[in-house]
Amino acid sequence: MSQDILAGLAQIVNEVAGIPAESVQMDKSFVDDLDVDSLSMVEVVMACEDKFGVTIPDTEVKNLNTVADAVNYIAAHK
Amino acid sequence: MTLNTPDTTAHSGLLGLGVYRPTRIVKNDELAGRIDSSDEWIRERSGIIERRFAGVDEDVASMGTTAAHNALIDAGIEASDIDTVIVATFTHRYQTPSAAAEIAANIGAVNASAFDVGAACAGFCYAISVADALVRSGGARYVIVVGSEKLSDVVNFDDRGTAFIFADGAGAVVVGPTQVQGISPTVWGADGSSREAIIMEPDTVTAGREGVPSLLTMEGQRVFRWAVGSMGDVCKDVLAQSGLQPGELAAFVPHQANVRITDALVKKLELDDSVVIARDIHHAGNTSSASIPLALHALRESGQVTKGQPFLMVGFGAGLAFAGQVALVP
Repeated sequence: MSQDILAGLAQIVNEVAGIPAESVQMDKSFVDDLDVDSLSMVEVVMACEDKFGVTIPDTEVKNLNTVADAVNYIAAHK
Repeated sequence: MTLNTPDTTAHSGLLGLGVYRPTRIVKNDELAGRIDSSDEWIRERSGIIERRFAGVDEDVASMGTTAAHNALIDAGIEASDIDTVIVATFTHRYQTPSAAAEIAANIGAVNASAFDVGAACAGFCYAISVADALVRSGGARYVIVVGSEKLSDVVNFDDRGTAFIFADGAGAVVVGPTQVQGISPTVWGADGSSREAIIMEPDTVTAGREGVPSLLTMEGQRVFRWAVGSMGDVCKDVLAQSGLQPGELAAFVPHQANVRITDALVKKLELDDSVVIARDIHHAGNTSSASIPLALHALRESGQVTKGQPFLMVGFGAGLAFAGQVALVP
């Protein structure tokens, strides 16, 4: 299931921020490695809510530093 | 006993448009140093390349006067024919008297009622809604609606989140009777439960007592999320209620809050290449209630839209408040 989430997240990051999907790997930091700024993160989070049927409150977004953080959060709240 | 009702009703529309852009251009580099940022970061984050700041001897009333005067000329209306002057602003330097009363006096609208509308970045569309209702119901024949802001007075230039965003300027339209309806129904609302997302701190009473400035603060990501999430639905609602058919919209003129919000809304609304998108923010910054008339004027002056074409405008911001309509370009 995590692989499906990772693939879905990679597609979203690609659509929102233009980052190649292959670069979106578990150990990558959104800000430092993938160059996804805080406004793009909001768009990524909103798209994840639509795609995965989860709710990701504003307070949680700042904890999603790496791709793994996001994948694990989505997996835990689906 | 029966009270009289006005016996004149009319279609309403935009008859003229005028603006004022301050002469002082402020580049990103001028602001970037104090917030440990860069021209590139500001452009990427907001789309802003440069913005205008008013001079020390300029204010909401002086800028609004010029814009209103230009709108009157554009509409071919005499000031003495104006029944109401409405000014959308939150940066007039007086709590009272209103900017509208001062502007009305300045332009010679001696027969006009005058009041300010306090709906921040939604202010222009809020004021349009009121003017539309006045004209359609017979309460007024000609209404001047002004959006005028001197945000450089209330910005914290050390705040990384807001220092580079806000700017100064004014825009005005004349609303009056038309042969065909030129303003759609308004979709508007407010969410005061989220009011702390954009707020001036400390409040002006406390600021006055403690001798400190009252400056604008904003939770950027929270507001971005609200704007992108909720305003998409508001715009769809406006279009649905407007009577426009798919493909008929000529231009999208959102409040110029941030080019990233504009881009996200364009995506949400699935606007195709035939729709002109207002991007005045690149050279004007975020001028709150002035941003829509300024952006519309830029589109018209460059020939990207022409008189009579339908455009969608939507304002959103502090309140949180929002309002939108479709109207025909004056």
